[in-house]
Amino acid sequence: MAIGVTTTPEKSKPSGSIINDPQVRGIFYQVITVIILVAVVYWIADNTIENLKRANIASGYGFLNGRAGFDVGQSLIAYTSDSTYGRALVVGFFNTLLVAVTGIITATIIGFVVGIGRLSHNWLIAKLSLAYVEVFRNIPPLLVIFFWYSGVLAVLPQPRESAALPLNIFLNNRGIAFPKPVFGDGSQYVFYTFVIAVIASFFVARYARIKQEATGQRFPLLWTVLGLVVGLPLVAFLATGSPITFDVPVAGKFNLTGGSVIGPEFLSLFLALSFYTAAFIAEIVRAGIRGVSKGQTEAAHALGVRPGLTTRLVVVPQAMRIIIPPLTSQYLNLTKNSSLAIAIGYADLVAVGGTILNQTGQAIEVVSIWIIVYLSLSLTTSLLMNWFNARMALVER
Amino acid sequence: MNSHQGNFVRASMIEAAPAPIQTGGLGYWLRKNLFATPKDTALTIISLLVLAWLVPPAVQWLFIDAAWTGGGRGVCATVAQGGSQPEGWSGACWAFVNAKFDQFLFGRYPIEERWRPALVGILFVLFLTPMLIPKVPYKNINAILLLVVLPILALILLPGGWFGLPFVETPLWGGLMVTLVLSFVGIAVSLPLGILLALGRRSTMPVIKMLCTFFIEVVRGIPLITVLFMASVMLPLFLPQGVTFDKFLRALIGVSFFASAYMAEVVRGGLQAIGKGQYEGADSLGLSYWQKMNLIVLPQALKLVIPGIVNTFIGLFKDTSLVSIIGMFDLLGIVRLNFSDANWASAVTPISGLIFAGFIFWLFCFGMSRYSGFMERVLDTSHKR
Repeated sequence: MAIGVTTTPEKSKPSGSIINDPQVRGIFYQVITVIILVAVVYWIADNTIENLKRANIASGYGFLNGRAGFDVGQSLIAYTSDSTYGRALVVGFFNTLLVAVTGIITATIIGFVVGIGRLSHNWLIAKLSLAYVEVFRNIPPLLVIFFWYSGVLAVLPQPRESAALPLNIFLNNRGIAFPKPVFGDGSQYVFYTFVIAVIASFFVARYARIKQEATGQRFPLLWTVLGLVVGLPLVAFLATGSPITFDVPVAGKFNLTGGSVIGPEFLSLFLALSFYTAAFIAEIVRAGIRGVSKGQTEAAHALGVRPGLTTRLVVVPQAMRIIIPPLTSQYLNLTKNSSLAIAIGYADLVAVGGTILNQTGQAIEVVSIWIIVYLSLSLTTSLLMNWFNARMALVER
Repeated sequence: MNSHQGNFVRASMIEAAPAPIQTGGLGYWLRKNLFATPKDTALTIISLLVLAWLVPPAVQWLFIDAAWTGGGRGVCATVAQGGSQPEGWSGACWAFVNAKFDQFLFGRYPIEERWRPALVGILFVLFLTPMLIPKVPYKNINAILLLVVLPILALILLPGGWFGLPFVETPLWGGLMVTLVLSFVGIAVSLPLGILLALGRRSTMPVIKMLCTFFIEVVRGIPLITVLFMASVMLPLFLPQGVTFDKFLRALIGVSFFASAYMAEVVRGGLQAIGKGQYEGADSLGLSYWQKMNLIVLPQALKLVIPGIVNTFIGLFKDTSLVSIIGMFDLLGIVRLNFSDANWASAVTPISGLIFAGFIFWLFCFGMSRYSGFMERVLDTSHKR
């Protein structure tokens, strides 16, 4: 009897009133949310349309074809003040990419050096690294940018009194001037051989791996690849009669002539972002290496693996698994922080967009372009790093 | 049997063994920490050389050669630049910081009214200090004073306009005061908002979940400066004609929304780290959703993510410096504004002002991070292994 009672649960009938049914409540709350959301969006859209009408601003992206009429300090593609707004934004986008990529590379190098330094047995090195991290982590990046821009680079000597560095590099308050390579006739062969050398290195590396897996013999890969990548283009360079020459900056009466110049805006942004982000990367690297258990190192030593090789083959691959996800978000932070360029007038996407916004009043369009570009940059970086992470991740059977 | 002719009998005393390697004292410490291996020795010597090359000039520049007092740019410029310092002089211009110190604190707030922000500041320190020390009792009253009474007082005192206090409009606000107001409000808004967003993102209701996820991901994907631009150029477009927001308030909204998206992700990390059993235990006790969250899940989750929360606070504090780009004068903005003061323009003024501002920011951020480390140890109720 008792068994019969317990085996017939009343599943279909909720016991309480319909008000207490969590599912009904959930649907009710969601409907309310949607109604409020739609009402707010409608209200905003209505106000916006009215405001735009009153301010005589035509909405839409047609303005991108208009003449920009302003100059940008630095551009990777051809640009004059007669170019369109759209082209100005592309210039800004490339400038953002340029400072982000160079910044990421430098920040990674400094960050890894400092992070490893914090774990050093050498007391002095560890303390110096700690001081670096604590100083740069706790200061706003904008302040670091101004520090370089108006504190350091602006008080460098005038162009005619440029400080001369080795290799014909000059430093003054207009930036850093360095020899510009001039590609003469035949230089394309140097480039072709370089591409061939890179492709060949890839196959050599594959061959070396297969050979090691089959026979256990190690192939002197590093030297072969170096020889290929440096040697082949060098041979081509000499064979075609040294077509690449350098346009060296020469100190004139008032200014330097010739060579390439990197402006102080780019330099200060690049330096500030690299130093600032490096402090965070250092902490990530330290956490990653500390996260590899000591047993791994001891086991490798017990197997007779030398310390350097232990670090390379045992510790680093495992540490990378811990390091990569937070490293990705630091790279994204650096890319987003590059928008601080607007404060010192480096023509990045936000600075160019801000100028356009002031000239045309197309606030919604410009802001939407910013959002789309930064979101796609974020997503692309995440995808790349996730792919890299998946390659590095622990393969469990 | 007694043919053991080869028995060895030692005729002389054994040589004294060398004394054991010292395991204490300065010599041992130096050998272990600085000169353990040849590589270590080389690194130490290189670092010492770099330090010897950097530190004495820095100390010289910052303290010994610095101009501490003076009434104008003359003390911070060489004779050739129209000042009184000898040729080739270079040093920090602390006289500039000294002369502008009040402005760095209060911006262009009217001088006779500066007691108001000063009073709010003193009350803030008075209410905050006992809050931060775990042993001080009456935390509830303290929290009400800090989070309810103080904001109301600040709302009355800072803008004025009530009780016969003259009205001070926000464009006149500036300096450290703006930085602190922005960060305090940003922190006070972003933590609850971030918790709500995190709960929303983990909600079982698809519409709520989608909305929260969308908000968090979009805000996290774009730089703060675009959010501030949105708040300062797009918000006026969204409102009906005639309704205007104060610029300061718009920046506050932008900063708070931005920080809450980051806070949401930190809190979500904590929520995910709480075992399923805790949720199910709360459910089986018949607790409602909010009871479950308030009494069981959030206390554990928030405790886990204190470092992340404080990191977000520190980030927020540093990010308030960005409002200087949209034309407000926070600490960094007011320091930069004073570079253009003709009375103080010299080659070393900008760098001195920036070092001062950097030092203030550093003090606050470093203090916060140290305090979070301390709280982590206080709240660590787990069993030590």
